[in-house]
Amino acid sequence: MDEGRPLFQQIAEQIESSILDGTLAADTQVPSTNELAAFHRINPATAAKGVSQLVTDGILYKKRGIGMFVASDARRRVLDRRRDAFARDFVEPLLAEARRLGLSAADVRDLIEKWGEGR
Amino acid sequence: MSVVAVEDLTMRYRGHTALDGVSLALEPDTIHGMLGRNGAGKTTLMRILTGQEFETSGRVEVFGQPPRENPAVLNRVCFIRESQKYPTNFKVREALAAAAIACRNWDRAYADRLVKDFELPRDRPIKKLSRGQLSAVGIVIGLAARAPLTLFDEPYLGLDAVARQIFYDRLLEDFSERPRTIVLSTHLIDEVADLVEHVVLIDHGEVLMDQDADELRGRAVSVSGPAEAVAAYADGVPVLHRSELGGRARVALAERPGRPAEGVSVDSLSLQELIVLTTNQGDPK
Repeated sequence: MDEGRPLFQQIAEQIESSILDGTLAADTQVPSTNELAAFHRINPATAAKGVSQLVTDGILYKKRGIGMFVASDARRRVLDRRRDAFARDFVEPLLAEARRLGLSAADVRDLIEKWGEGR
Repeated sequence: MSVVAVEDLTMRYRGHTALDGVSLALEPDTIHGMLGRNGAGKTTLMRILTGQEFETSGRVEVFGQPPRENPAVLNRVCFIRESQKYPTNFKVREALAAAAIACRNWDRAYADRLVKDFELPRDRPIKKLSRGQLSAVGIVIGLAARAPLTLFDEPYLGLDAVARQIFYDRLLEDFSERPRTIVLSTHLIDEVADLVEHVVLIDHGEVLMDQDADELRGRAVSVSGPAEAVAAYADGVPVLHRSELGGRARVALAERPGRPAEGVSVDSLSLQELIVLTTNQGDPK
C-alpha cells in the first residue's frame, strides 16, 4: 500500500476502482472487512473504516447479517467524483510543471492533441 | 471503557527515572503499537501494567482495577517478553502445557496449528532451541492464550522475515475473528505500520505521540525545492528537520500545510520516518 495516504482511503479507492472497471457490478457483494484486512495485510478496523466511508457516500449498502453490496447507481457516483477530482489531481500539476518549463496553456493543449492523435 | 488507563505514572529506580508522568488510555479490541528506542521505558510500562513491577506514583488501572497483586486483572492478561524465561528442563510441549493451565482462554487446537506453522520441534528441550525458535514459542503462547489483553514486548528476536510474516498474518487473522486488546512493542515500525490501529511513542520515559495510526499516515511530509519557496510553504508549520544545500532546502514538516505547493515538491513521510524524526527532536541537543 502507498505509504503516504490514509489506508482507509486507499481501501475505499480500490473498491471504487473495481466498481468503475466493472469488476464489482451493481448489487454484487463486496469482500468482507476481514477478507480485505487479510488480503491487504492491514488492520481490520482500518479496512472497516474504508468500507463504511463508501456506505456513507451511498456507494455501498448493507444487507443486515449478510454483508456489503454495490449500490445500483454506484458506478455513476464514482465516475462523477473521479471526474471532479481529475482537474485537481492531474490538470493542476500538469500546468504547474508546464509553467516551470515555460510552456503556456496553449502549448499544453497542442501537446495533448498531438499525443491524442498518436494513440 | 478503556482497557488500560494510566494517569501521571512515574517510575523511579535509584537515580533513574524510567517513566515520567505518563498518561495513556488504551481502547479495547484494538492493536496498539508501542514504539520507542531501547531504554525509552516501554518494557517498564508493560511490566507495571502486568503487575510485575509497582509504580512509584500515579494511577494505573487495567480493566478498571489496579493490576498489582490482583488476580481478577492478571487472569485476563498475557505478557510475552523479549527474553521470556521457561523452566530450564522443559520441552516445548511442556512449556505449552504449562501455558494451557495458566491461561483460561487457551485454545489447544490453535496452539497445535501455530506450532506447525512455525515448525517448532515439540520434543526438544527449550534450552536447545535457537533464538528464533524461542521467540516462536512465545508467539505461539501469546496468540493461543487469547487473553483479553495481550502484550508482546519485542517478540521476534532471531525470527527471520518469513517467520515474522507468519506472526503478522496469524495475528491479524485471529484478531479479526476474536477481537481483543493487543499491545505490540517493536522496533520494526515499517513492518507493523499497517497492522496497528493506534500508535504510542515513548521516549525518555515520556509519551511523545498517542494517535490513530492511519491519521498519522500522510500527515507528515518532506518538502524540497528552492530555499525561499520551501520556507514560504513551510511557514507556520512545526518543522521536524531541516537541511540546506546550495540554495535548495529540504524540510520535514509534522503536518502538510493547507496552502498549494508553489514551486516545491512534497512527498509523504512514512510512519517510520515520522517516528524517527519525532524521537530525534525529543532528544536534548
